[in-house]
Amino acid sequence: MSYIIDRRLNGKNKSLVNRQRFLDRYKSQVKEAVSDALNKRSITDIESGENISLPPKNINEPMITHGQGGNNHRVFPGNKEFTAGDEIDKPPQGGGKGSGSGKPSNEGTGDDEFSFYITKEEFLNYIFDDLELPNFVKKNLADSKEFKKVRGGYLTDGTPNNLSVIRSMQHAHARRIAMSASKRKKLKALNNKLETLEAASEPDQEAITALTIEIEDVERRLKLIPFLDDIDLRYRNQVKITKPSSKAVMFCIMDVSGSMTQDIKDMAKRFYLLLYLFLERNYEQTEIVFIRHHINASEVSEHDFFYSRETGGTIVSSALQLTRDIINKRYAGSEWNIYAAQASDGDNWVDDSPNCYKILKEDILPQVQYFAYVEITDKDHQALWRSYQNLLKEQPGLFAMAQIKSLGDIFPVFRELFMKDKSKVEA
Amino acid sequence: MSQYISTGPDWTFDLIEKYDHEISLIAEGFKLDTYPNQIEIISAEQMMDAYSSVGMPLNYNHWSFGKHFVETQKGYQRGKMGLAYEIVINSDPCISYLMEENTMTMQALVIAHACYGHNSFFKGNYLFRTWTNAGAIIDYLLFAKNYVRKCEERHGKENVEAVLDACHALQNFGVDRYRRPTPISATEEKRRQNERESALQQQLNDLWRTIPKSLKEAKPRAKERFPSEPQENLLYFLEKNAPLLEPWQREIIRIVRKIAQYFYPQKQTQVMNEGWASFWHYTLLNSLYDKKLVNDSFMFEFLSSHANVLFQPDYDSPYFSGINPYALGFAMYKDIKRICENPTNEDKAWFPDFAGSDWLTTLDFAMRNFKDESFVQQFLSPKVIRDFHFFSLFDDEKKTKYKVEAIHNEGGYKIIREMLAKQYDLTEREPNIQVWDVDLQGDRSLTLRHIMKNNIPLGNFTEDVLKHLHSLWGFDVHLETVVDGKVTGTLSCPNKQPKK
Repeated sequence: MSYIIDRRLNGKNKSLVNRQRFLDRYKSQVKEAVSDALNKRSITDIESGENISLPPKNINEPMITHGQGGNNHRVFPGNKEFTAGDEIDKPPQGGGKGSGSGKPSNEGTGDDEFSFYITKEEFLNYIFDDLELPNFVKKNLADSKEFKKVRGGYLTDGTPNNLSVIRSMQHAHARRIAMSASKRKKLKALNNKLETLEAASEPDQEAITALTIEIEDVERRLKLIPFLDDIDLRYRNQVKITKPSSKAVMFCIMDVSGSMTQDIKDMAKRFYLLLYLFLERNYEQTEIVFIRHHINASEVSEHDFFYSRETGGTIVSSALQLTRDIINKRYAGSEWNIYAAQASDGDNWVDDSPNCYKILKEDILPQVQYFAYVEITDKDHQALWRSYQNLLKEQPGLFAMAQIKSLGDIFPVFRELFMKDKSKVEA
Repeated sequence: MSQYISTGPDWTFDLIEKYDHEISLIAEGFKLDTYPNQIEIISAEQMMDAYSSVGMPLNYNHWSFGKHFVETQKGYQRGKMGLAYEIVINSDPCISYLMEENTMTMQALVIAHACYGHNSFFKGNYLFRTWTNAGAIIDYLLFAKNYVRKCEERHGKENVEAVLDACHALQNFGVDRYRRPTPISATEEKRRQNERESALQQQLNDLWRTIPKSLKEAKPRAKERFPSEPQENLLYFLEKNAPLLEPWQREIIRIVRKIAQYFYPQKQTQVMNEGWASFWHYTLLNSLYDKKLVNDSFMFEFLSSHANVLFQPDYDSPYFSGINPYALGFAMYKDIKRICENPTNEDKAWFPDFAGSDWLTTLDFAMRNFKDESFVQQFLSPKVIRDFHFFSLFDDEKKTKYKVEAIHNEGGYKIIREMLAKQYDLTEREPNIQVWDVDLQGDRSLTLRHIMKNNIPLGNFTEDVLKHLHSLWGFDVHLETVVDGKVTGTLSCPNKQPKK
C-alpha cells in the first residue's frame, strides 16, 4: 500500500533561511563584489540583480582528505590497446587520467569561482548598507513604483471601512421597491375587493374574513422583505494608479583635476547614485547631464565622466556657468524638475570662489529643486567651502553641503530632501 | 481494446496510483520486501530545497546548506545541470520525491527504481539494518532542528554556527567504523539528553583534577596514556572528553555525529544500492511490458533514459568522471542472474557456490550481506571485467610513467577485482586518523595520528580542519604523520613546534 501526496503546494522556499545565512556569513566579500559591480555599472542601470563571484578558497568547507601524490592503484574502464606491463607517460600536470585527480575530493574542481545571483533588492540593500540610509529611505528607494490611490466607482464587496452608506441605502430602496411591486399590486387589488364587499348591502361575512386573512398574509410577506440586505451593500472602490509622470534632470558636476583620485571618484559615484535613485523613484523620466571641469568645463558621457583623467588647475565657476547655460537652453520652463549634485575635493582657484557664490545664488538656485555639494577630503576647507557656507545659511532646504570622509557621510547631504519626501508621502 | 495503463506523456494522480499498484504486484512476485511507500510529488524548486539539505526533508539551519542551494539554483537555471528525477529517503514509510516535470514514463521508472528498488535495499541490506533506524530518522531530524534552533536562541547564532562548522569539518571522522551503534530514536534521545546535561554539569571530570594529590601518591608512576587505546571516532571522543565544552556544545557534536553515522551506510553501498535499484526498475518495467500494460513508446522512452543513466564513458572520454556506480552495479546484478540461469564453464570454475542456483535467492543474499568492497570482491565476474574493459594502473610517485598492472585477461581478473574492491573500501579512501594521546600532566594538548599508507599525503585543507578541532578541544592540537611506526611530520594548531 502506498500513499501518494501532492506536496507542490507546500512552501518552496525552505532554503531561504540557509541562503540568507550564507549571504550574511560572507557579507564583507559579497559587499566587495557588489561594490566592484557598481563601479562597472552605469548609475542609471539599477534595474537588475547581479552575479556575485567569490573565490572558492574563502568559502570552502574543509575536510581531511587524501592529497595528491603517493603510490596509487586505480582501475579504469575502456581499455583499448594496453596489455599488462605497459608503461604510459604521465601527463605533464593535473591531466585527466592522473591518479587521484578523478577522486571525489574538494580540491579537484580547480579554480572555478563560486558565483551566484543576487536580486535587485539585495543588490541595492548592500549598497544602502554602506551609505547608512535610514530605513524609510531604503524602503522608498527599493520600491520601484509609487502608487496613488484614487476612487474608482463602487464594488459589491469590500471592507467595512469602505462601505458607502448612501449607495447601499439607495440600492436597498430600489430592491425593496422591485421586490414588493407584485405584492403591493396584489394588496391593492385585495383591498379594493374588500371595499366593494364591505360596501355591498349585504356583506358576505365569510368572504370578508377569507379576504382579510389573505390581506394579512400579503402584508406579512411584504414586511418580510428585508430593509437592508447583503446584496444592497456597496463599497467604495479604490484603484491604484501610478503617480503622475513628470520629468527631472540631474546635473552631475565633478572636479576632474589631477587631485581627484579614482577612490574619490568612486565615492562620488555613490553620491550621484543616491540622488539618481531618489529621482528615479519620484519622477517618471530622469535625465542626467554630466559636467566635468578643471579649468574649463565640458559636458561628457558617463564613462568619460568617471574614468578619464585630466590635469591642471581648477576653476569651479566654469562648471556652474555651463550648468546655467544648459538649464537655460534645454531645461527651461516649469515642466522640468532640476536637481544638481556637485562633488569636489575642495580645491578652487582662490579668486573664483566669490564668483561661484554669485552664479549659484543668482542664476542656479532660483531654478533648481535641490543643490547638493560634497567635499571629499580630509584636508582643511578652502575658500569654496566658506563661500558655500553663506549659501547654506541663506537657503536652507534648497542647498545642502557636507564634507565626506567615508561612505556613511553621504546620506546627511540628502537628509532634507528625503525628509521632504517623507512628509509628502505621509501627508 | 487496449489494456495499456496509459498511452500519453502526461501523468495524473490516478495513473500514478495505477502504475504503483501494478508495479507493486510484480515486485511482490519477485519477493521484494519493502517499507510502505510514501510518494510525494514536488516541484523543481522544492527539489532544489531537498538537494541542498543533503536530500533530507528537514534539517537544522546552516549556511553551508544555503551555499549548496545557490549552487544548485544557478546550475539549474542556466540549464547546466538537470535535477535528479527523484530523491528517496531511508525512512519508514519510505519517502520518495517525484518531480512534477517528469513524464508518465519517468514517474513509473522512478516508482520502480526508488519505491521498490532502493526501498527494498534499505530494508534488507545489513549495513542499513544495523546502522540506521528508518522508523526514527524523521523524528530525529525534527528533534535536531528544534534543538539547534533553541541553542541559537539561547547562545547566539554565531556560537552555534562555530560549533557546527567545526563538526562538519570533522564529520567524516565522526563514525564508528567497526563497533555497532545503537540505533537512534528521537524520544529516547531527548530523554537521555536531559539526563546527560544535568549529570554532566554535576560531575567533576576527574581527568582535569587540579587538586594536588597527597604526598604518598605522588611517587613517580609510569605515564598513563589517555585514551588507553587509539580511537577512530574523533567527534565521539570530543563529545565525551573535550574539557571546555558546554553541555549544549556536546549535544550538537552528538547530533552531527549521529547524522553522519546515518549516512555512513549510503557511502559504502553506492554501487550495490544504485545497481540494485537499476536492476529492479529494468526488470519491473520490462515485466509491465510483457504483461502488455505499457506500449512501445513507453518502452522507448524508458530505455532511452535507462541507457543515459547507465552510460559508462571510457577512461579517455571527456565525459569520464570515474566508474559509474549505476552501470557497474547493474552489470554485476545482471551477471549474477545470468550465472545462475546459464552458467558457462568459466562461471562454474569461478563461482561454484551459486552457478546454476536460483537467481532470486542468490540476488537477495548478495543484496543483504555485503557492502561495495566485499560485493565486488565476491561477485565481480570475468565477464563483467571483460565487458567494461577494465585495466588497473599503478602510479608510483617517484616514476615518470604509470604502469599497467593488469588488464581484462586471464592473468588480470583477480588483480583487477582486488584493486577495484579496495577502491570502494572507505578505510582506503579516507585517511586513517586516530586520537592518539592527551597530555594529561602537561599542557593538555591533544595528539592525533595519521597512519600514512602508500605515501599518500593529506589534502590541502588539513590545517583548516585542525583549527576547527582546536576550537572544540580548547587546547593545543597536534597531528602526527606516522610511517612504519615512526613519526615523520607534525602539524600543529596553534602553529608551533611541539616540545620534544
